[in-house]
Amino acid sequence: MERIPILKMGRFLLVSIQVDMDDRTAMSLQDDLTARIVKDRAKGVLIDISSLDVVDSFIGRMLANTAAMAHILDAETIVVGMQPSVAITLVELGLSLKGVRSALNVERGMELLRTIVQDDPEPDALDDQE
Amino acid sequence: MADQSRTGEVLRRHEQEVVAAWVRMQEQNLSLRNNLLKAGELEEQCRSFLRLLLTMIEAGSAEDPVTSQSWTPMRELVSDISRSRARQGFTPTETAMFVFSLKQPVFDVLRRELSSEELADAVWRLTLALDALGLYTTETYQKGREEIINRQQQELLELSTPVVQLWRGVLALPLIGTLDSARTQVVMESLLQAIVDTGSAIAIIDITGVPVVDTLVAQHLLKTVAAARLMGADCIISGIRPQIAQTIVHLGVEINDVLTKATLADAFAIALSRVGLTVARKPAGAARPQTAAE
Repeated sequence: MERIPILKMGRFLLVSIQVDMDDRTAMSLQDDLTARIVKDRAKGVLIDISSLDVVDSFIGRMLANTAAMAHILDAETIVVGMQPSVAITLVELGLSLKGVRSALNVERGMELLRTIVQDDPEPDALDDQE
Repeated sequence: MADQSRTGEVLRRHEQEVVAAWVRMQEQNLSLRNNLLKAGELEEQCRSFLRLLLTMIEAGSAEDPVTSQSWTPMRELVSDISRSRARQGFTPTETAMFVFSLKQPVFDVLRRELSSEELADAVWRLTLALDALGLYTTETYQKGREEIINRQQQELLELSTPVVQLWRGVLALPLIGTLDSARTQVVMESLLQAIVDTGSAIAIIDITGVPVVDTLVAQHLLKTVAAARLMGADCIISGIRPQIAQTIVHLGVEINDVLTKATLADAFAIALSRVGLTVARKPAGAARPQTAAE
C-alpha cells in the first residue's frame, strides 16, 4: 500500500498528496498525521492537494476530520492548491469543509500559517536545532 | 418493375434538359436572392440531387426515403444543402422549394415519353419520394437553425460572465442578467479558473445587474462563494440594491457568512485593505493642475 510522506518544516508539517488516494491510503494518512503532530509537537499542518483531480465525498470528509483532529491537538490545518473542478465538486456534494482554512498555493499557505501561529512562543526552538 | 426502369431510362436520357429547366425555375423563384447563391453552385446541387434520385429509381427502391438505409447518401446531400441554406438566410419555403420544384420539369418529360398508365404510376412513386425529401429538407433546415441558436446562446453565456482584474490580487465578477443553474456553472468555473490564473486572494461578485434574487439565485451565489473559499480566496458580494436586501431577508436566506457591501466601491476599498494597500490623496501641491475641460 502506498504511504503519503509527511515532511517536517520547523514547527509545521507538510503533506503533499501526489497520488490518487483510495480510502485506505486516506485513513493511514490520517493515522500517520495525528501521530506526527503529537510526536513533533507541530503547530500547523499544510496539506497540498494541487495534484488531485478527483476528490470524492470520503476524501472530503477525511480532510475535514483531519482538520478537526489537528485542531484538538492544537495545530492549524490549511488545505492548499485545490483545483477549480475539485472545489465545484465538493460544493455540489454539499461539503464546504467548514473549519478548514484554505490557500491558493503552498507559499500563501505557509504565510497564513505563520501569521496564525506567530503569537505563540516557541518552546521547541531548541529542539528544532537538534 | 418494368415501368420503374423505364422511368429511370427516360429521365437519364433527358437529364440535361431536366436540370436546365429545374435550375431555370428556381432562379425565377430566387430572383431576388441570387446574390446569396453562386450560379454554378445551384446547378451543381441540382445535378448531384438528380443523379442520386436516378440511381435510386433505377435500383427500384420502394423504401421510405426518410428512414431507410439505402437512401442515406441522398439524405446527406439534402441535409448539407438545407443546412447551408439555413446559414445563408433562406426561408424554409425557399429551401423546400429546391426539392418540390423538381416535380414540374420531371413530369413534363415523363408526360411526353410514357403511356398514360405508366405515367400515373411513375408520377405517384416520384411524388411520394419527393414529398418525403421535401419535408426532410424542412426538418434539417430547422435543425440547422436550432444549432445556430444554441451556438449563439453559448456565446452569450460566455460573453455575459467576464472576470476582470481590478488590482493585482483583486478580481471582480460583474454579473448581468438572471442567474440560472447553467449560468452559475459557467460563472463558477470562470471565476475559479481566474483565481488560479491570477493568484488572487479576493474576488468581488457584483450583482448590480441581477434583476431578481430568489432563493435559487442566492443558493447559486453562496455555492460560488463556498467554492472560492475552498480554493483559498475570499469573496465579497456587492451591488445589493435595497429591494434585493429586503427579498433576501424576507426569504430567510442565510447569507451571514458572506461579506456583503452595498456598492462595488465599498467592496473594492475592503479588498484593497485586505491585500495590504491603502488609497491616499496626493499632497495638495503635488496634484496635477486641472485643465479647463475638467
